[in-house]
Amino acid sequence: MSLDVRGVRYAYPDGHVALAGVDLAVTRGERVALLGPNGAGKTTLVLHLNGILTGGGGSVAVGGLTVDRDRATLAEIRRRVGIVFQDPDDQLFLPTVAEDVAFGPANLGLRGAELAARVDEALAAVGMSEHRERAPHHLSFGQRRRVAVATVLAMHPEILVLDEPSSNLDPASRRELAEILRELPVTLLMVTHDLPYALELCHRSVILDAGRIVADGPTGSLLADADLLARHRLELPYGFVGAAPAGHGAQPGTLPAGDTVVSRG
Amino acid sequence: MAGGHAHALHLDTGSLVHRFPPEAKVAATVAFTIAVVATPREQFWAFGAYALLVAAVAVLARVPARWLLTRSLIELPFVLFAFLLPFVGTGERVGWLGLSLSVDGLYGAWNILAKGTLGVLASLLLAASTTTRDLILGLDRLRCPQILTQIATFMLRYLDVLAGEARRMRIARLSRGDDPRFLWQLRGYAAGVGALFLRAFERGERVYLAMVSRGYDGRLPPGWREAGAATAGQWAGAAVVPAAAAAVAVTAVLR
Repeated sequence: MSLDVRGVRYAYPDGHVALAGVDLAVTRGERVALLGPNGAGKTTLVLHLNGILTGGGGSVAVGGLTVDRDRATLAEIRRRVGIVFQDPDDQLFLPTVAEDVAFGPANLGLRGAELAARVDEALAAVGMSEHRERAPHHLSFGQRRRVAVATVLAMHPEILVLDEPSSNLDPASRRELAEILRELPVTLLMVTHDLPYALELCHRSVILDAGRIVADGPTGSLLADADLLARHRLELPYGFVGAAPAGHGAQPGTLPAGDTVVSRG
Repeated sequence: MAGGHAHALHLDTGSLVHRFPPEAKVAATVAFTIAVVATPREQFWAFGAYALLVAAVAVLARVPARWLLTRSLIELPFVLFAFLLPFVGTGERVGWLGLSLSVDGLYGAWNILAKGTLGVLASLLLAASTTTRDLILGLDRLRCPQILTQIATFMLRYLDVLAGEARRMRIARLSRGDDPRFLWQLRGYAAGVGALFLRAFERGERVYLAMVSRGYDGRLPPGWREAGAATAGQWAGAAVVPAAAAAVAVTAVLR
């Protein structure tokens, strides 16, 4: 089991309840899309996965290790959970690409040749090796997002968590990123409201709304359930309505009717 | 997107000077400036010698004189008051073109102008031959407190991002008919500055969260900074100019 979230609750200091008891289990190697409208609590849940937010109740375990406040545990949890934030300008804070990719593994204590090898490997995985000495603000937005993925890949995470990976990307960058993500041999949790992207990359999806998981099932089946989507302010883009297109997660041309959607709403 | 180019003060000619390690260049520039400042203002020949040294480095770095001189105009506002000194200075006075000028004031003006110009030219040569990134790296290797180099690093990374945000906000404001020409029309502009501050503040928070998520614990790991530090030979090479300047300064003081 890569990720085991049980009964996680969280309320912000102003009393707003962001998470009202979230249960989510992700097995190793699985690619799961976490869908939900704006304000559903998606980002709040992500910040619980590596112990940045805690204390509202419930438990999070990553690869069998339970998140607590112990420094050594937190350090290990943050190695195991690689979060790629939505805005690459938030993630890439060092003057060159290579330095930024080295930041995470260097925090893990790696030095010298071992550190250099991690940087090379991570940049190669996202196809950015030739840009290693460039400044992040000289890269295109799509390139910056790929580098942001590399910065957490270099830490050899147990699970890769992506917050809105397709946002602000042009169609070509969007496809390039999908090709890279599909090849990565890691467990993937992708937070998004880009439903075609979820269908393309993730066989399984869960819908988070009002701080709860309200549906969990094969992406193709979830997206075919127009009522379910409408109840949770999710919509397929124009032209997709009524027939989810062929994608990586579903059988081409058909919706997997035999799969059942577990609706918890 | 913002920027997209190297810094305006950097001129990459790939010369020998450019390839010198940054810490040696920073130390040499500081030492040279100290020698210049310590020179008595009456020793005109010494300033000529310094100017020759600067010119020699400029030639070696393949930085064109025109490039240097236009950028050194930045100095003007700072030395402007030097031009007042001959008129307001006290003591012995000389007549020139019908003007009565103070000798002491003339010396004072010369002192500011000569030392200021030499300092600016030396700094410009340092900037022309060293990327901003390397400057910070050099300071770091010279044991500059990490908190200062960290701040400089963040500034280097986010200045362009902030400038881009400011530009987009301004364009959005102008697109809605804002055209502040008088002081009392600055409300939109002032609110924009406030909004920019808030955005920078919030971004700082998000950057910090992203850093913590990658195991940041308050200190930047040293890891990748060790390679490429100056060798003894490079230190010696970089010391030539400040050593020559020091020799000139000592001679000038002793005369």
